Amino acid sequence: MSSTPSSDSRDTPSVPALSVRELRVEFPTRHGTLVALDDVSFDIAPGEILGVVGESGAGKSMTGNAVIQLLEPPGRIAGGEVHLGSQRIDDLDEDAFVPLRGRHIGMIFQDPLTSLNPLFSVGEQLIETIRAHLPMNHKQARGRALELLREVGIPAPENRLDAYPHQFSGGMRQRVVIALALAAEPELVIADEPTTALDVSVQAQILALLKRLCAERGTAVMLVTHDMGVIAETADRVAVMYAGRLIEIGPVEAVIREPQHPYTRGLMASIPGIETSRERLYQIEGAMPRLAAIPSGCAFNPRCPHATERCRRERPDLLPAGTSRAACWLHDPIDPVIPVSEEVAADGH
Amino acid sequence: MNDTRHTTTPPPRPGKLQRFLASDIVYSWKHQPVVILATLVTLVMFLGALFAPWIAPQNPFDPRQLDLIDAFAPPLTTSDFTGNFYLLGSDSQGRDVFSAILYGSRISLLVGFAAVLFALVLGTALGLMAGFRGGWRDALIMRIADVQLTFPSILMALLIFGVVRGFLPRSMHAEVAIIVLIVAIGLSDWVQYARAVRGATLVEKGKEYVQAARVIGLPARNILFQHILPNVMRPVLVIGTIGLALAIIAEATLSFLGVGMPATQPSLGTLIRVGQDYMFSGEWWILLFPGLALLMLALSVNLLGDWLRDVLNPKLR
Amino acid sequence: MLAFLIQRVFQAIFVMLVVALIAFSLFHYVGDPVLNMVGQEATEADRAELRTRLGLDQPIAIQFFQFIANAAQFEFGISYRSARPVTDLIVERLPATLELAIISAIFAVVMGIVLGIYTALNRGNWLSNFIMTASLIGVSLPTFLIGVLLIYVFAVELGWLPAFGRGETVRLGDWWTTGLLTTSGLRSLILPAITLGLFQLTLIMRLVRAEMLEVLRADYIKFARARGLSKRVVNLRHALKNTLIPVITIIGLQLGTIIAFAIITETVFQWPGVGALFITAVRFVDIPVMAAYLMMIALVFVVINLIVDLLYYAVDPRLRVQGGAK
Repeated sequence: MSSTPSSDSRDTPSVPALSVRELRVEFPTRHGTLVALDDVSFDIAPGEILGVVGESGAGKSMTGNAVIQLLEPPGRIAGGEVHLGSQRIDDLDEDAFVPLRGRHIGMIFQDPLTSLNPLFSVGEQLIETIRAHLPMNHKQARGRALELLREVGIPAPENRLDAYPHQFSGGMRQRVVIALALAAEPELVIADEPTTALDVSVQAQILALLKRLCAERGTAVMLVTHDMGVIAETADRVAVMYAGRLIEIGPVEAVIREPQHPYTRGLMASIPGIETSRERLYQIEGAMPRLAAIPSGCAFNPRCPHATERCRRERPDLLPAGTSRAACWLHDPIDPVIPVSEEVAADGH
Repeated sequence: MNDTRHTTTPPPRPGKLQRFLASDIVYSWKHQPVVILATLVTLVMFLGALFAPWIAPQNPFDPRQLDLIDAFAPPLTTSDFTGNFYLLGSDSQGRDVFSAILYGSRISLLVGFAAVLFALVLGTALGLMAGFRGGWRDALIMRIADVQLTFPSILMALLIFGVVRGFLPRSMHAEVAIIVLIVAIGLSDWVQYARAVRGATLVEKGKEYVQAARVIGLPARNILFQHILPNVMRPVLVIGTIGLALAIIAEATLSFLGVGMPATQPSLGTLIRVGQDYMFSGEWWILLFPGLALLMLALSVNLLGDWLRDVLNPKLR
Repeated sequence: MLAFLIQRVFQAIFVMLVVALIAFSLFHYVGDPVLNMVGQEATEADRAELRTRLGLDQPIAIQFFQFIANAAQFEFGISYRSARPVTDLIVERLPATLELAIISAIFAVVMGIVLGIYTALNRGNWLSNFIMTASLIGVSLPTFLIGVLLIYVFAVELGWLPAFGRGETVRLGDWWTTGLLTTSGLRSLILPAITLGLFQLTLIMRLVRAEMLEVLRADYIKFARARGLSKRVVNLRHALKNTLIPVITIIGLQLGTIIAFAIITETVFQWPGVGALFITAVRFVDIPVMAAYLMMIALVFVVINLIVDLLYYAVDPRLRVQGGAK
């Protein structure tokens, strides 16, 4: 498989490692159906790292859980398609999906303290995972486990294999979690806030490790985080989510330097120290709507300085904007909305 | 529900909080058919016990009203000799089973309520003292509680019952049985109240208003009764409601074991013990109807207690 | 670990001492032991002599010490009622109670865990709902009523099983009699064992279910699924082990309760065990028997508590291995 990372998957000739099309996730509740993900589409090429950012509740973790089909009940995929390589996977039932997890899609969770079962040694958990996917006997699997621990940078792995999770520090535990996720060499890894729970000093090490291992194996990575710093450092492309929708996607450089969606602009302006230093951080007025009360048209329209009647009525698709694509009528090639007060909105651009 | 609540426990100061609480309770009540049913059964049995002298065809405790000639009348029969109608049959003494159940539940409920009240007052007082005063009193009370908690409360009740009887002359046993029962069950059950109250008292004690009250020199008694007590009543009421079902069961169990109410003053448990002897000879009604009455009472009071706990405080176990 | 264990042993000894003190006080202050033993007709001289023989003229502290020394050798004096050594009475009835308690405990634990797992994994299907409702009734019902109703249905109406007694027993060794080796003994055991175990069964089941539902929501379960482990491995290897740790404590304590509740079951089924002996003692204020029974039950509870603590260490590596690399 080709592992040349491409800057934008639209031009990638090979089959993407993951392709998500018009994905829709619903939560039926007593008070009606909540739409948690609405019309989300993106690709990740083999060896590519796609960062997914957004506020909490924007649907970034939900996207990862939907891809690996670990949605909390009663959540369910209500529409769209998910393809892993050339195989469609969103319509598989639980029994058919189990062999995919770990073998073809790995997952890393936020908190290494709670991701590992405290009652089983690290070795037991590695060996059971390896043997679930690869035709190995116990001894071979043990050898492979040692190799994996060495690869993720655990010193003296032969002494640590029989240790229990509580005997490892947070950073070391997350290394073990990465080893577990990569144990069967999956083509795609979903990393859900992999460094959020770690000390700042350890974060960079873990990210570098993840990046190196995935590059070596040509593994595609979906990196879910709310931390733009992590994205800037690690990802090739970035997808921005808002209220269950994908509102902007493009190369990391482009999205950070020239954000195209008014929400992304606000988001970038509110991050300290990426571009310029300013005395007071920018704040976007208002708050992201609850899932039960998403406004019609563009979900961002009540907070958007450029909002027009059309924004309130009609939902924009992802439209080409610079080297990115953004879901905003500002970029409508036929009838663009005229930005009303660019300086106020982007403050400092 | 409000009716039974007022009879079960002394209501704490009524006010805004109380009314707010009530509305929550009423809402949850309306949405659970099982709870509504349990309330109705409990209510019917409470009223039946309360008005037993007016409802029951005879007084089963009064030997002059019993006619041996009517012994073992099956249910729904009218006696050829006395013309008495026996709805649920009669026992070996010619005692009307229906009347015996009404009078029996009266004793069961009386002992249940009194034992809970006794345990509640004792436990709350000790818990307040342990939590508020601390020091050796706290240590002593909580150690005793720990040791007592090691043993099931029915065993404690049995033991206390045996000891108290040991102190009393044998001739008094039958007369004071009801009081001994109340004390035994109450003493076996105070620990839970004490623990909950102590915990809540420690929490309240740390709060600023209590600190402030102490700083301005309010007497300890005022702080305790005006500030802390009202705040610890909620868990106490919840434990009390569940405790009622347990106390009723404990009384029935002791009486069944032959160490509770005597056969001359039967509670539901005593009736079942007596009825067990006739089960083999075909007089099933002497056993079965008191058994069903106890079953319904215990089940519905338990359901109500569970429900009330969930509504008032989901954290309490 | 050793320090913790020593602390628990001391706590156990403390509980035993407190119970011994209570038992001793019973002996000493409830009624007059001499009067109880020789009766009203004995002369003053007879009484004084007995008083000296029993050591009742000694200072209280020495008497208490003597009581503990005797208790440590299973020596509890003579029953007021049957005029036989209490120890003999208990020993000849102990096998019946232990067999009943152990069979009920196995029934309660096995069924409780199995049903708890089933209802947790199949939440909302009709069978789980039915089991949960039935368990609520089981928790609310007094043990003796369950026993009486079981007798009525299976012994009186259907005539399938014996209504009372232990059936035929076989003598094993010096003093152990068992009902487990004869058909009538086994048949006699069924109803009492169910009666005694039912309450604990429902309790264990509800506990296992609640704990398991809690564990199934844990991150490591989700991660175990994300690693591609099969449903079976996730539920029965990972979730079950984590569920059972908190459950062990309660189950241990419940086993002690089973021996105490045997009092009720033995009365219902006229089972010739120590519980029935105790009830008779309470009814007739037979203090030596009450005191001995109390000490025995306390010992059982204390030993079970200690075993539970040890089991904890065996199952939970967080306690077993202390410290660790940073």
